[in-house]
Amino acid sequence: MSLLEVRDLRVSFDTDDGTVYAVQGMSFSVEPGQTLGIVGESGSGKSVATQAIMGLTPGATITGEAKLEGVDLLAMSERELEAIRGSQVSLIFQDPLTSLHPLYRVGHQIAEAMRVHSQVTKAQAEDRAIDLLGQVGIPEPARRVRDYPHQFSGGMRQRVMIAMALALEPKLIIADEPTTALDVTVQAQILELLARMQRDYQTAVILITHDLGVVADVADEVVIMYAGRPMERAGVEAAFVEPHHPYTQGLLQSIPSYSGRTGKLRPIKGYPPSLMRQINECPFASRCPYVHDECRVAPPPLKPVGTKPGHLSACVLPADRVGLSAAAPEGAAAGAGAAEQ
Amino acid sequence: MIRLVARRLVYLVLVLIVITFLTYVVFFVGNPNDLAARFAGRDAGPAQIRDAAVRLGLNHGFWYQYWHYLVGLLHGSFGLDFQNQVPINSEIARAFPVTASLVVGSVVIWLLIGIPIGIMSATHPRTLRDRAGTTFALTFLSMPTFVLGVLFLLVFYYYLTRAGLSWFPAAGYVGITTSPGQWFLHLILPWLTLALVQAAIYTRLIRGSLLDVLGEDYIRTARAKGLSRRTVIYKHGVRAALTPVVTQLGIDVGTLLAGAFVTERVFGLPGLGQLALNAIGAADLPVVAAVVVLAASFIVIMNTIVDIVYALLDPRVRLA
Ligand SMILES: Nc1ncnc2c1ncn2[C@@H]1O[C@H](COP(=O)(O)OP(=O)(O)OP(=O)(O)O)[C@@H](O)[C@H]1O
Ligand SMILES: [Mg+2]
Repeated sequence: MSLLEVRDLRVSFDTDDGTVYAVQGMSFSVEPGQTLGIVGESGSGKSVATQAIMGLTPGATITGEAKLEGVDLLAMSERELEAIRGSQVSLIFQDPLTSLHPLYRVGHQIAEAMRVHSQVTKAQAEDRAIDLLGQVGIPEPARRVRDYPHQFSGGMRQRVMIAMALALEPKLIIADEPTTALDVTVQAQILELLARMQRDYQTAVILITHDLGVVADVADEVVIMYAGRPMERAGVEAAFVEPHHPYTQGLLQSIPSYSGRTGKLRPIKGYPPSLMRQINECPFASRCPYVHDECRVAPPPLKPVGTKPGHLSACVLPADRVGLSAAAPEGAAAGAGAAEQ
Repeated sequence: MIRLVARRLVYLVLVLIVITFLTYVVFFVGNPNDLAARFAGRDAGPAQIRDAAVRLGLNHGFWYQYWHYLVGLLHGSFGLDFQNQVPINSEIARAFPVTASLVVGSVVIWLLIGIPIGIMSATHPRTLRDRAGTTFALTFLSMPTFVLGVLFLLVFYYYLTRAGLSWFPAAGYVGITTSPGQWFLHLILPWLTLALVQAAIYTRLIRGSLLDVLGEDYIRTARAKGLSRRTVIYKHGVRAALTPVVTQLGIDVGTLLAGAFVTERVFGLPGLGQLALNAIGAADLPVVAAVVVLAASFIVIMNTIVDIVYALLDPRVRLA
């Protein structure tokens, strides 16, 4: 059984300007101890999707299913969710500078979670906090435990966040762009730390990022998300070697190391669709070089593609048409599309 | 922390010196004869005017005079009142407890009203409860203190008394040591008058501050840890939202302690505000000078206290 199985998740917000359909049918699953990368451009709904299942999107309308070890999180009361947050599922956020409370000592903030979820004394929690700070690589943890967040650098604060997330040895850590706000050398250290902690604690991780390079390094599986929907899901190797969905292919071609010997970057043309309405076609249709008539009828469901098991793509193109070499230049694609019609 | 407090105290003393100096220059520098006449009292003859000149040290140089004045202040002496030639100290000693009672009581009331309503509005934004809170705030915000005061007098004094229920006195003050019950009855209407307008301001202040805080990333972190809604709102939210409230409270208390002019006037409370207004009306320069020094000192002292409390509340300030 998957640790977490999310099916047809839909999240919308009623705002003064109308309803924002931020997530429109997201599905993914996480296996115990594994790392799932969720990749997508800004605004594709990565944060909303993962926070909504933990009840952290106030004011949102949520439908669908999110089963943690078979129990639906979306059907839980706030109280039941509180018991799960921080103990079974922890979250790490993007900006470590603003994610810690400025008025409390870091040791207290780490100990706080332990004290609500388990019967430990203040002293035990404090000791464990020191232990954790040491594990995440903070020098002189016994002294630093009494410091305030502003006395730490950004990278060190993210280490504190990781220590906090690990405090109760959760089954799943959701890390929402944990390194985006940090400089490059620190980014690598934090990712390495996260991977090491995951190994030591046997924790599953959802790693949200828009950096495909990061996913290639640390993820076991990857979901490519676009306009609130999954476009493709695959093992990391399949995703990079045999991408099926034109959006995935476009993403790969827009990173420098993948653009081949020509060295020419090919950014995807056009813009993502507006989320102010429900999208009832393939959300990528307007930017897709291979768009067919049937793409306009309904959003294509995920279907098995390629050669590897578990490789799914929400695209109507033939299932065996995988890999970047399969992606023809735009002129030819338009021709091919026309020929098929 | 100790260094911060020391620094603030040194600064406080410097500002007080500047204030006294300016007051001195404005009130006590000029033609010695005119000055002596202004300080000698209403019915003073030439001999008394000469006495006053000696008392003020007017026949000495400027710095000596200022020093003389400062030493007087340090001994708690503001000199004699122009109209009746009584020590100003005793007038202030009589007026200050009145104003202090008025201010302290209404601070308690406005915080007891403003903080809960503000928190309720911020934690239920755009609901009926929030709108009710906003309506409360706007009603009293748009009502000048004297209108509210007169309204209270009309309802609770005039109508009640006409109906045979003389519960509240119309005016005046009774010391708490004389009769706690009477003290309370004489102050309840002034308290409410002052407090309701302030409560409205604090409701808005706390609502805004808490709404901002509740949108912060660290609140999401607190929720993600599985803390209860209560803990998140009070321990993580309200705690962080208090800082601007403390700042505002310091300013308000300092300003009001110098005299809650309108409220004191409407309810005939013989506080510092009344003392100042009467002195200005009678061109009683020594009293005006004393009240000015006192008012400025209250504000500066409250500011110092705010700075220190601020540092206690916020480690970023304390450890800077
Ligand atoms: N509380 C909210 N009210 C209205 N719209 C919201 C709310 N929260 C998020 N959205 C919208 O939902 C969409 C998805 O946002 P989300 O933060 O999940 O994107 P993301 O994929 O995490 O992007 P990024 O990479 O920039 O973090 C965005 O268009 C955003 O404006
Ligand atoms: Mg995000």
